[in-house]
Amino acid sequence: MTTAHDHDADGTRTMRSTDGSPPGRGVSRRGFVGWVLAGSTLAVAADLTTGAQPAQAAVPTPPQVPELYDLGDLQTQSALPTSQLITITVDEDGLAHFAMPRMEVGQGITTAAAMIIAEELDMAVEDVRVTLAPARPELVFNQLTGGSNTMQSMFTPIRVAASVAKGRLLAAAATALGAQVSGLTTKAGVVTRTDGASVTYGELSAAAASDETVAVEVGLKARDGFDVLGTPRSRDDALAAVTGRKQFTMDLDVPDALPTMLCRPPTLNGSPRSLRNRAQVEAMPGVTDVAVVDTGVAVRAATFGQCIDAVRAMDVDWEGGPVDGEDDASILAELKRAEIPMVVPKVPLLATTLDLEVEFMFRSSAALEPNCAIADVRPDRATVWSGLKAPIVAQRDVAKAVGLPQSAVEVNVVTGGGSFGHKLFGDAAVEAAVVSKAMGKPVKLLWHRADEPRQGRLHPMATSRVRATTLAGQVLTYEQRHTSVVTDFGHGLGERLTALAAELPANLGGLTLSQSIFTLTQETPYDYGVVTQLLSEVDTRFNTGSMRNIYSPDVAVARELMTDLLARRVRKDPYRFRKEFVRNEKVRRCLDTVAEVGGWGRSLPDGVTQGIAVHAEYKGATAVLVELDTRPETVGRRIRNAVTGPRVTKAVIAVDAGFVVNPRGLEAQMMGGVADGIALALTSSCHLEDGHFLEASWDNYFYTRQWNTPPEFECVVMDSDDELPGGAGEAGVAASVSAVACAYARATGTVPTRFPINHDGPLAFEPKSFVPSVPASPVNGLDLTS
Amino acid sequence: MAQHTFRVNGETVTVDVEDDVRLLWVLRDVLGITGPKYGCGINVCKACTSHVNGRAFNPCSVRVGDLGPDDEVTTIEGLADTVDDDLHPMQQAWVERDVAQCGYCQPGQIMAAVALVRAVREEGRTVTDDDLDTIRNICRCGTYTRIREAVKDGAERM
Repeated sequence: MTTAHDHDADGTRTMRSTDGSPPGRGVSRRGFVGWVLAGSTLAVAADLTTGAQPAQAAVPTPPQVPELYDLGDLQTQSALPTSQLITITVDEDGLAHFAMPRMEVGQGITTAAAMIIAEELDMAVEDVRVTLAPARPELVFNQLTGGSNTMQSMFTPIRVAASVAKGRLLAAAATALGAQVSGLTTKAGVVTRTDGASVTYGELSAAAASDETVAVEVGLKARDGFDVLGTPRSRDDALAAVTGRKQFTMDLDVPDALPTMLCRPPTLNGSPRSLRNRAQVEAMPGVTDVAVVDTGVAVRAATFGQCIDAVRAMDVDWEGGPVDGEDDASILAELKRAEIPMVVPKVPLLATTLDLEVEFMFRSSAALEPNCAIADVRPDRATVWSGLKAPIVAQRDVAKAVGLPQSAVEVNVVTGGGSFGHKLFGDAAVEAAVVSKAMGKPVKLLWHRADEPRQGRLHPMATSRVRATTLAGQVLTYEQRHTSVVTDFGHGLGERLTALAAELPANLGGLTLSQSIFTLTQETPYDYGVVTQLLSEVDTRFNTGSMRNIYSPDVAVARELMTDLLARRVRKDPYRFRKEFVRNEKVRRCLDTVAEVGGWGRSLPDGVTQGIAVHAEYKGATAVLVELDTRPETVGRRIRNAVTGPRVTKAVIAVDAGFVVNPRGLEAQMMGGVADGIALALTSSCHLEDGHFLEASWDNYFYTRQWNTPPEFECVVMDSDDELPGGAGEAGVAASVSAVACAYARATGTVPTRFPINHDGPLAFEPKSFVPSVPASPVNGLDLTS
Repeated sequence: MAQHTFRVNGETVTVDVEDDVRLLWVLRDVLGITGPKYGCGINVCKACTSHVNGRAFNPCSVRVGDLGPDDEVTTIEGLADTVDDDLHPMQQAWVERDVAQCGYCQPGQIMAAVALVRAVREEGRTVTDDDLDTIRNICRCGTYTRIREAVKDGAERM
């Protein structure tokens, strides 16, 4: 870390508190207990629950639960009852190995884990090999990657295990070198005696091993002794990624697992009654098997190209889906009927009331790697490979779907090509297992891109209503009512909450699961007097999930737009108003930073407008400043099959994520969060019409592209006194989408009430066919070289 | 079935497969060359971007039967062999700037970037922001800013 406002070599800025801000969250200085496991080479372990204490013994009542106990605490505390071990081994080549019970989807947790181990063990990061553990059912609820919780929950246990290993290696070295441990130093995997004699970890591995499992108490390195943690580090798979050697599920070579794809129904969640032309399809080139399953008609062939051709040739008799005939307007009307009324507390007669209602359309959480899985289901066992953030739940669901005991199902977790919440569910793994069983053969199952926005998981449509009252420059009340299509949390978080019911803050009592998650994540970071935020959800017919940052992007947009309205009402500048009302020092520092670095209030051409917004979550804070270009020559840019529109020309994000393991990884997460925020505010949504979603391509679902990308981007990583990491993976989204929304409102003089803003314009694409369910592959690729 | 002969990453290959199977699947499912990724199958996402005779193309949209024995296909796996180094300068720029997150789109991004730099150079210019805006490859992780920086950096090294 550097001092205030210095630039690191990679452009990441770090800032140190100079305002005497309160001490950060700390860890106890007591020793931790770890284990040396019996084995022929050194194997050590720590309880995954180490360091996971509830944030507060007694949680006060409202209004601001997440300030004291948030979703991260829930996830961290939920490790407590499992009491299971994570293991690090040091082999005879001096390499440390760690199979992490979490999933890497691009967020950089394997790199971070290697850094933590290298730090505590005094070895090179390159000599630490972090892999993804298969489903470990004994971990119960403690193998879920989500809620930006991995570093929060794994940081201390990994350090404890590594510290145990170092202690054993030092003891073995003392014997080998005939020295006292106190006379030895460790560096880069080598133990050295004062006179220079040395021995490597690899040479010590066998001697450091134990023939019985023993508990030992260890201490951890002090933060001021860190060499690796807190320094920017490139991803452990960077070279593999740029050479094409990085393997994803579809790249695995599992014997006889041939390409398999499904013909899917023309309406959402419809199902097949029969395949009318089975013989014709079975006779097509390359086709080996056809099977009718609940979700569609599966075909297995020599190549995916032949699967696509077969899917397009299928004549299927379909059962209509549960949302037949529904559209955006009918679902929105259903939400309006479910909205919980406002109950403004008594305020003085002269107080002014401001109301805002914002609508958020369905959005697809699909990654670039579509849903996919390999399954080999035999009469007595099943093996599955897939990108799974909740592999134990997938294991249970696969077992149930194919009628095997859970212990007969092996679930291998494969590095994912993005997640954004999409990989919380084992939809593809379960479907692949069902198809494999039906065909009696291994399958490599892939969803066609067209299937993703049409049948895949979505961020639910929602409305967020805000009512605020203000008098004499003060905000007296702030009420927010969020109403959403039901968010599916059936990926294990529900089981965690249920198991912990007795230990949760008292004011969660009686709330549903989704209301609990809402309450655990939503914090209004302003002193707005009496604050209430409530969630209601209706309609379980859609395939939904926790898209990156769950409720927060929508809730924050409504809150930040209202904050600008309040500022205008009291005739204050949006930045100064926020600075005055913000109740959280981390947020205030982030806000001041983006205002300064981004040049809040600087002179800009007519039609270019700034927006500023903040967010507090995951024990940290973010602030974003954007400049939005709404000039005609920008909005009117014409790019083939694209949505151009207003362009964010500059984005500055400041993030306080507690102790930062890898600032480069954090910066990457923030850049991605800004890209998401731009799309959520301006361009990306799914249109429901006549019982199905129209989008079927990346040229229909308008995620941010190069022509939407801010030419200027800066991320400031705030220095933090916290001893523990906060959450990072989702933290960049909410303030980003809000800042763009606020800039758009300021630019146009009208607060938009539906997001993304282009949803209601003329449809920017020609919808692809529903029958056939997938588009034909083009043949003109050689005419389009560039 | 028919036999098709063409060149991939410097070697002549012959495959036994129907004429109309798109090259992406011949590469991935028949030849086991998995660097080019599937993201859409309709020449939109550009995750499979590779080179044919030195120019960017998308094998998801080319029938294998349309390739001749002299056509040279280069995938990300063969890019470094086109220069006298372990990595192509564009790959080097990508590594040094730690561009990738999940990495799924990055083989296609790099192949598109190399072709863009070549095309701009043929016009006697250097890469501009407007040129970068024309890159259609999707990155759902949102690494676009680092991609822009790496393309410029890689162009200077090429």
